[in-house]
Amino acid sequence: MAKTLAEKILSENSGTDARAGEIVVARVGLAFAQDGTGPLTVRQFEAGGFTHLSNPERTILFLDHAAPSPKRELSNDHVLLRSFAREKGAVLSDIGDGVCHQIVAESFAIPGQVVVGADSHTVTGGAVGAFATGMGSTDIAIAMALGKTWLLVPETVKIIIEGSFVKGVYAKDLILHLIGELDADGATYDALEFSGSTVRQMNMSERFTIANMAVETGAKVGLFASDGVTREYLDACGRGEEYCPLQPDEGAVYKRCIKIDAGSLAPTISKPHTVDNTAPVTDLIGTKIDQVFIGTCTNGRLDDLAIVAGILKDNKRHPDTRLIVAPASKGVFQDAMDEGYIQVLVRAGAAIMPPGCAACVGVHQGVLADGETCLSTANRNFKGRMGNPNSFIYLGSPATAAVSAIKGEITDPRDFL
Amino acid sequence: MLKGRVFKLGDDISTDHIIPGRFFHLRSNVPELARHTLEDVAPNLVLDVKQGDFIVAGRNFGLGSSREHAPLVIKTVGIGAVLVESVARIFFRNAINIGLPVLICDTENIDAEDELIIDMAKGTIEDVTKGFHLEFNKFPGVMIEILGEGGLLPYIKKHGDFVVSV
Repeated sequence: MAKTLAEKILSENSGTDARAGEIVVARVGLAFAQDGTGPLTVRQFEAGGFTHLSNPERTILFLDHAAPSPKRELSNDHVLLRSFAREKGAVLSDIGDGVCHQIVAESFAIPGQVVVGADSHTVTGGAVGAFATGMGSTDIAIAMALGKTWLLVPETVKIIIEGSFVKGVYAKDLILHLIGELDADGATYDALEFSGSTVRQMNMSERFTIANMAVETGAKVGLFASDGVTREYLDACGRGEEYCPLQPDEGAVYKRCIKIDAGSLAPTISKPHTVDNTAPVTDLIGTKIDQVFIGTCTNGRLDDLAIVAGILKDNKRHPDTRLIVAPASKGVFQDAMDEGYIQVLVRAGAAIMPPGCAACVGVHQGVLADGETCLSTANRNFKGRMGNPNSFIYLGSPATAAVSAIKGEITDPRDFL
Repeated sequence: MLKGRVFKLGDDISTDHIIPGRFFHLRSNVPELARHTLEDVAPNLVLDVKQGDFIVAGRNFGLGSSREHAPLVIKTVGIGAVLVESVARIFFRNAINIGLPVLICDTENIDAEDELIIDMAKGTIEDVTKGFHLEFNKFPGVMIEILGEGGLLPYIKKHGDFVVSV
């Protein structure tokens, strides 16, 4: 029987002929937690009486959400994670190394494997054809100890994308548009599978941006086929030998298919306070912005910073609009310096944060004041997300963010490029 | 049998509503963290809740982050079960893993302050205040077993592994 990507990967890793709707116990190829979820993961691991990791080299503790630590309680949590990693032989990714999902993308995610992380945006790894999904601390503690987890094999919604983006429209606009169409629970428990000629031509940065936000439709995973683009990416990351091709079968059964004409899309914004509250940028022109935040596991990659630097070159941020930029990883940061992007951003008035989650989660590095508005390239705009329930978060592409930083208000990048 | 009183919430209650990121630093101190449970949407809940009371909400409860602290603080303040129209998948898994029942049912006619009696074995909910009965959706088998043991850790301690009949 023909299989979807999700059915294929879960069959391979469970040793069964897995079909949507069945429950499997799957081998875990990579398990990780971060500094918000890791301390509870460690405590549950110990409460379970476990002493050894099933696969230490494929177990990672990331210090990225509060990095460097702004509070002593978090400093103590960091000590707990560092010592757990040292004692158990797990991989430690310390402050300044970057956001967990970017590092998993660069160095760990393998096509065809099951990746579980104690972070909802673990779905980012679906871009390389890994069955990558978020879970909570206890699930991850058990996955670290036993090297397996249980999964309900999801039904799959196929997203077919054809056509070319017009200038000023990007992968971020596409995924925001799709979330607006599906709603925040439109694909709950389902896998999204991205296909079509536009997807085949997308670079990995674009695929990561899209996979990253699959969870905002409620989906369990956002999968891309593993193809020549994937192979080139893994090669460039120095792990070409980990590539394997992976395609869904002809005739696989899908729950539904959604077709998107990329050429018809406009720059898209998510308005406060939900990601599915989307509108074309033209509806919001002139909305005053107090802070622009560019970075995160959604849009903090080198390709994103290239777009932003291209726009900000020989420009300055608006005097009433703060501009905060956080590269997604140390590798991105170094490359952005080598390319001269960071110098451009600093000259334009940006405050550069260390690689990590920065202002995204309301922990530090850009908490909003009462009544303030932020235009962010992140993936969530829930009430209180950036540390203050009395503030307002808009989500958009790096290009929209950059032009809006110059104008001090939401601006259509198509008028600028 | 679970018996308690209802706190009613709306649709799309996210993990940022349940326990916002500004309390990130309290996650290793769950009793202190729990004092802030749902404070941006139901500031009275923590003050008024009695052991065994219920949260009743609408669609897509618990959407957002993977933070297990979201169901953990709800359980810590004394909530005995969460009744919803629908639930986000990570929250659902996390709640069952820590032994907090999340029951999917038609919550429209249940109001704040109603008294409910829930029979977990039969899968029924009685609204004592209004005098009607409801059924809640069946869980996948593995979740019934995990919840039956009081959570994932006691389940794994008992079985040593996942015991899933396909």
